[in-house]
Amino acid sequence: MTRRIIIVGGGVAGTMVANRLAKSLENEVYSGELEVVLIGNTGKHIYQPGFLFMAFNEGFLEQFAREEKYLLHPKVNFVMDAARHIDVDRKRVITGKQSFDYDFLVIATGSYPDMESVPGLAAGGHTFYTPEGAERLRHEILNFQGGTLLVTIDVPHKCPVAPLEFIFMADDYYRETGIRNKVKLKYTYPIGRVHSLEPVAKWAVKEFEKRGIEYEVFFNLEKVDPEKKIAYNMDGSEHPYDLLIAIPAHRGARVIQDSGLGDEDGFIPTDRYSLKMEGQDCVYVIGDATDLPVSKAGSTAHYEADVVVKNLISELKGLPATHRYNGKAFCFIETGLNEATYITFNYKQPPQPVPPSEMLHWFKLSYNEMYWLSARGIL
Amino acid sequence: MSEVNITKTIDARGSYCPGPLMELVKAIKRGQVGDVYELLSSDNGSAKDVPEWVNKMGHELVYCREEGDFWRIAVKKTK
Ligand SMILES: Cc1cc2nc3c(=O)[nH]c(=O)nc-3n(C[C@H](O)[C@H](O)[C@H](O)COP(=O)(O)OP(=O)(O)OC[C@H]3O[C@@H](n4cnc5c(N)ncnc54)[C@H](O)[C@@H]3O)c2cc1C
Repeated sequence: MTRRIIIVGGGVAGTMVANRLAKSLENEVYSGELEVVLIGNTGKHIYQPGFLFMAFNEGFLEQFAREEKYLLHPKVNFVMDAARHIDVDRKRVITGKQSFDYDFLVIATGSYPDMESVPGLAAGGHTFYTPEGAERLRHEILNFQGGTLLVTIDVPHKCPVAPLEFIFMADDYYRETGIRNKVKLKYTYPIGRVHSLEPVAKWAVKEFEKRGIEYEVFFNLEKVDPEKKIAYNMDGSEHPYDLLIAIPAHRGARVIQDSGLGDEDGFIPTDRYSLKMEGQDCVYVIGDATDLPVSKAGSTAHYEADVVVKNLISELKGLPATHRYNGKAFCFIETGLNEATYITFNYKQPPQPVPPSEMLHWFKLSYNEMYWLSARGIL
Repeated sequence: MSEVNITKTIDARGSYCPGPLMELVKAIKRGQVGDVYELLSSDNGSAKDVPEWVNKMGHELVYCREEGDFWRIAVKKTK
């Protein structure tokens, strides 16, 4: 009898898992013993770090998008349809058109920035966390003649270093276009330092001071007045802006909430080492969809995919799932338009940024291209 | 002190990034005025970071005590 693994979500995590499974178990998928089904609600696979480059007119969406079907191993059964309901009791996923039973399920539905999470934000602010948002923001950035550019950050959100990269790139961009003296750059952060990781915060503050970027900590955006162009902090203070760029609180995919699987924000309770959904033996959760206390990042998804694939293979072969995720993450950080640094850390070891260099910037740009090999399960 | 009604306990022990305080910020932003959130954190920094944040944002620190190898901190949303 054919056994079936269903993966829901064809982003970084889902695509890697599907490809690696099909490749590692090629005999089984070709003989029909195993079917790998990937349910994805879009035919386009988008490399999200590209949004940052799009915002500064350093690239267009086409450069950062591929057809999902061309990225997939030929034996992955790609079902392009939205999962409407995930029934873990009956081991079944229902899409708009069909219903699939599974032996194992991998939930990789990601997270999305919710501009509705703060009153007035959708009308008064911009974000570069979505393709449409990055395109809209590009117009604003390129046509900006000067004034206050305010960045606000809410929790939880993905890629915790992207807002820092954004502000450093903005600093460089306006220096290059010659209007930096007319632009007030202001970076804010919800807690008492400019980044949740202390070593990153210390490093970033030095950079801010060197470059004349203003910053304010304990800033929790509570509402926005789009007409008056004022952002309000939770402590009641008013912050006028000319261009507001927000990284709003993220939520898990709607199907997670509709299926009653997530917490109040739609993130799924997940065992931090085994990556199984709490209380479920046949369900793994991976990438942004988990409630794990690690950064929501592509690299996290990548390391998690390694563990999930190995454990699925073990389980299919009747062995216990012994591989464990140790919280590993790796992030490049663009520190301008020509330099970058990186951090790596796990549940136990804190990150320590290395001095920025042009070489690391080129590594990051190279990874933008190599990403497609990772997604294919090659790298 | 024992009369406090806890709306929700957030167990952030062993959490490293984005950190226990971030978990609390998330809960408070979502919650209703009067809710009390209790945070369990094994990160020593929380004993300083959390009261500081609560104070700045104008909420109320109900208690902050060490219990073996972790901290138990309760915060009331006041506005
Ligand atoms: C501006 C920006 C910069 C970033 N930079 C970096 C970086 O430098 N390094 C890094 O490591 N990470 C970075 N990230 C974060 C990284 O892109 C995400 O963390 C990563 O994509 C998470 O992978 P995922 O597979 O969990 O979710 P996603 O890649 O978001 O994929 C989820 C998929 O599930 C699909 N889906 C959702 N609901 C359903 C449904 N009901 N049915 C079917 N399909 C569904 C979605 O359409 C999507 O295709 C960045 C993100 C942004 C926005």
